[in-house]
Formats: sequence, C-alpha cells, structure tokens
Amino acid sequence: MSSNEDFLIIDNISKRFDDVVALDKVSVKIKRSELFSLLGSSGCGKSTLLRIIAGFEKPDEGRIILDGQDITDLPPYLRPLNIMFQNYALFPHLNVYKNIEFGLKEEKLEKNLIEERINEALTLLELSALQKRKINEISGGQQQRVALARCLVKKPKLLLLDEPLAALDKKLRIQTQFELVNLQFKLGITFIIVTHDQEEAMSLSDRMAVMQQGNILQIGTPVEVYETPGNEYIANFIGTANIFEVNENQDSKLYSSTLNAFINSAKAIPTNKFLLRPEKIEISKFKEGEEKTQINKCIGTVKEIAYLGSYTKYLIKTDKATFYVFQQNKFFTENLNIKWDDKVICSWNENSIFPIND
Amino acid sequence: MTKSFAPGMKIQSFPLMISEKLKSYKFWFVFTPYFWLVLFFFIPLALIFKISISIAEWGMPPYKDLFEFTENGFQINATLNNYIFVFSDFYYFKSYLNSLSLAFTSTLICLVIGFPIAFYVAKSSERVRNIMLIFLIIPFWTSFLLRVYAWKVLLQGNGLINSLLIKFGIIDNPLPLLHNHYAVILGVVYTYLPFMILPLYGYLVKFDLNLIDAAYDLGAKPIKAFFKVILPLSLPGIVAGSMLVFIPVVGEFVIPEMLGGSDRLYFGKMIWEEFFQNRDWPIASALAMSGILFLVVPILIFQKQYEKYNLK
Repeated sequence: MSSNEDFLIIDNISKRFDDVVALDKVSVKIKRSELFSLLGSSGCGKSTLLRIIAGFEKPDEGRIILDGQDITDLPPYLRPLNIMFQNYALFPHLNVYKNIEFGLKEEKLEKNLIEERINEALTLLELSALQKRKINEISGGQQQRVALARCLVKKPKLLLLDEPLAALDKKLRIQTQFELVNLQFKLGITFIIVTHDQEEAMSLSDRMAVMQQGNILQIGTPVEVYETPGNEYIANFIGTANIFEVNENQDSKLYSSTLNAFINSAKAIPTNKFLLRPEKIEISKFKEGEEKTQINKCIGTVKEIAYLGSYTKYLIKTDKATFYVFQQNKFFTENLNIKWDDKVICSWNENSIFPIND
Repeated sequence: MTKSFAPGMKIQSFPLMISEKLKSYKFWFVFTPYFWLVLFFFIPLALIFKISISIAEWGMPPYKDLFEFTENGFQINATLNNYIFVFSDFYYFKSYLNSLSLAFTSTLICLVIGFPIAFYVAKSSERVRNIMLIFLIIPFWTSFLLRVYAWKVLLQGNGLINSLLIKFGIIDNPLPLLHNHYAVILGVVYTYLPFMILPLYGYLVKFDLNLIDAAYDLGAKPIKAFFKVILPLSLPGIVAGSMLVFIPVVGEFVIPEMLGGSDRLYFGKMIWEEFFQNRDWPIASALAMSGILFLVVPILIFQKQYEKYNLK
C-alpha cells in the first residue's frame, strides 16, 4: 500500500444539536501514519467530530471511511480505533494492569497472548513498576501513560486523542509532546489529536485542520498554516499577527498610511491587506538624522517591553498603528538597552509580507 | 493547640486561642448525638432486653420485676424460657423467614426499578434533575399511613382498579388484589422506592459518563459495559440503598397489616400480636431481640466482607 493513500476519509459530515450546527459539511482526508490535529477554540466542533469518528455520536449526514471500510454505522465497540479521553477515563475500580487488560479481554484472545501484549505496552510506556497500583495512586503523567497503553494494546488502526496534554503541567507537557511524537513514529499508528492549544498542534502534527463554527477553514502543515494563513482569523488564532492595510498611491507604489511606509512585497497584495509576523520585523534604536520614510521601514515608539530570556516582545506604536515585534536575543547587543518610549526603526524583508484575506 | 518550644515556655497566638475555645465546645458537638443515641436507643433496647428475660404474669406491667425483695431475701426473676419458647416454635421462625423473603424480594424489585430511575435523574441536566428529585420527595409530604391506605382503596374489590377493569369488560368479577402477599410487596416497594433511589442517585451523580464511552471504545458491548463498569462503580450506592430498604422491611408491620391477608404471617405483625393481643410482653420482647440478633449478625458479616472487597 502506498503511503499516500487516503487512510481515513471524512466525507461531508454534518451534525446538528437542536438548532445549533456543530458540524457543517466537513470533509478531510487523512493519510496512513499521519499525525493530524484538529485545532480550534471551544465550540468549533472539533470534539464533536472526534466523537463522531469514535462512534459516540451519529452524524446527520456524511460518511466516514477508515482503511477502505465504511464505519459510519458501526457502534463504537466494533470500530477498529481507540480514543484517549481528555480526563483519561481510566476505570477507578481497576488497577493499572487491569485497566490495560480491559480491552484485550473483550477480544477473546489467548491468555498468554494477552499477557504478552500487556507486558509489551507496560515496557513501552515504562509502567511495569506501577502495574499493581490503583488509578488514584498514580500521578497525572502516569495516568496519561496508562490511558495510552490501554489504547495501544488494542493495536488500533487509528488513535484519537482528545486534548492529550491539557491535564499536564507545563514542563511535563513539553516532555510528553516529544514522547508522543516518538511513540507515533515508532508504532506508525495514525493519530488524530483534538486541541485548542495552537502550540500543541504545531509541535505535534504533520498536518492540521483549523476549525471554526463547524467548518474547516484551512488544512495544511504547521508551516503552511503559520506562514500562509487562509484568512485573518487563522492568522490571529495561530500565533501573533500584525495586519496592515496598503494602498496604491499616484505613482502606483504601495504605501501603508498606518505605518507611514512604502511597501515592497515579493508577492502581489490583491486584498490590500498584509500579514507581517512579529518575529520577522527587526528593530534598532533610531538615530537622529536618519531618513524618516523609507521602503519596508517605519519609525515607532516602544510602548511595552517583555523580556522573556530567549526573546523579547516589544509593543510598537506609530501614529496610526500599534503592532508587536519579537526579537531574538541572539547576542547581548545594544538592543537590550531599548527602553520604554525610545524611538526605534522597524524594518522587514520583502519576502516576509504575506497578503491576507478577511 | 499550644506548642511548647522550651520547658515552661508556651507560645499562643490569637487564632490559636479561638481554636482553643472551639475545643471546649467540641465536646458538645461530638457527644450530643451520643447522648441522644444512649437516651433513645440503648436505654429502650436495654429495657426490652430486660422484659425479654422476665417472667410473664397477670398485672400491670404484665411481667414480674427482675429484682425483688421478699421475705426470703433478694431474688432475681430471670428466665431464658421466653427465648427457648420463641426458638422452639417453628411458627415464629416461619414468620421471620416470610419477613426476610418479603424484604429480599422488595429490595430486589426496588433495585431493578430504582437503578434506571436514579441513573436517568443523575444524568439529566441540573434543572430537570432538581424537578425530578422534588417529585421523588413529594410523597413524603403526605402521611405514610394515608399513602398505604390509598393503595387499599385502589386495590379492594370495589376499588378503582377492579371497577375500571369491569367497566371496560376486561374481567367479569373483581380480582382478589388486596389482602395477599403480592399486595404487601406492592405496598412495600411503593413506600421504600425513594430510599433506594436517593442513595443510588448520590453515587451515580458522581459517575463519569466518559467511563461508559471508554468501555464501548475498548470493545465492550452495552451489557458488558454495565456489568464491568457501571455496576461495580455504583456498588456502594447499591449497598446503601439495599440496606435502607431491607432492614426496615424485615420489621415492617403497618403494610402487612393493612394490605396483607392471612396467607402469610410476618415478623413485625407477630411481635405486635404478642404485645397487644396476647399481652405477653416477655415473649414479644424475646421475639424483637432475636429479630435484631438475626439481622445484625448477617449484616455485620456482610459489612466485614464488603470492607475486605473494597480494600482489595
């Protein structure tokens, strides 16, 4: 089988709850062994879509085809996939071992085969020492690994993860992010992750879908979604976005009156609006005598400074606009001496400008 | 709460003084219920025990004083004959078995009816949940006697149910719905159902519905999910509800008296008859005491086993 085939086809799925449209004709195709994220703020329909894939909700219209098999009408217990719940939904009356064993017992496998598979999972997720513990006797991170193990012993074709890192504290989250990606790579299982956290989606996924109000706005790799967002909403949702208007002046040169700067863009800007990400702007202290209006350059005043160690966030104000600049603190330079109310020159490359739709 | 840092030196801060003050009240907080229990439970129980080992005689009260001073000196009038009589007559034991069977049957029926109701209420939205809980509690606003009497009116020969059935031509002669042990079971289930539902509700309301989805997801069909996840996790509620139904029903007197017939004798009624009809207080007390004994011992064993199961 080629790796490019469409492993999971979500075809025109709609779902209404009373009068609320949770999903409006959503279609996605996910490849085998892909780590795919559904990203959106709460209420965008991402969890409903996940529950429909898992079989807990029935779609009003549309089909779901997994590995060539139409699973739309299958009950959840017959679907060859597993889900890891946000709160893990581990059985509190069973210990770690029995939780992992639960799903295998339903498959009516031979006893030693069950034991073999459980031990394999216990080793893989470093849970061997905890197998006799009760669920309330282990930490949140360990619970997450038990939940993963409980799914993985079933050898699912597809693993759904609902906000897999949301319940963990920040340090553990970063560590687990990498573990999850490594695990997925090692096992080759197709992962679908639902998250509202754009950093989580970016760091985990091969591709992601940005959802809003029951629709998918954009599907792409993290780089595509971040660098070439489909519209202003996506640009603002993923990372920080500075969006400026431009107009042509008499000499048919692009001029941004909000920035008081001429714009030279590598790409055409048909929508008269462009995106300039904060980290793509360079700033330096303004020295008297420098030319005030230049191409891809503007002068502003520093209104806020947040020094975050590896980089610094500046809020810059011009006459008509305020925007963010993120500056890498690569060297211990005089940039670090920029103070509040200092005048600075902001400049950017013509390739950093991306035209954007509303 | 004082801490001494060195001999003879005590540090006491202001909030600690308050807690010190509360500590002196704590005695009353803790012991008031115990005084209550001693006054209204242990003393009456001791009195009944006293009567149960007394000798019956005509008079008021209808038994001999346990301790007596006569011209022959100090005398103790205690006997175990009442117990021997109670245990040797199969008639009493049979009534006890009838009561146990009634309690067991109605507990089971309450559980089967009550569990889905409790589950449904617990999983409804908060608004619906509160309305349904009020519906569960409303019957308590009417006297229990009246409610049981209402069943009598419904079930009797010319009662509502029989009249309707005859009117619609389903039957020609009234069915003997009243005065048999089925009517008793009906009355008991009706009366005690809320005592099953409320503790069950208390446990089920905390139940995480994701656990059921998780069971499905792992391949368990609905029935398996029920027996492997829902049932074990609601066991404490089931035990609490069953105890609240089972124990009082064993001694239940009013419902068998009003709805029951001569087909079965129940333990509670037996005690009542010995007390008020035969005026044999010692036998009645011996019956009551052995009833407690029969109930308490199995329940203690059950509790021990249950604790062991929970610790596992």
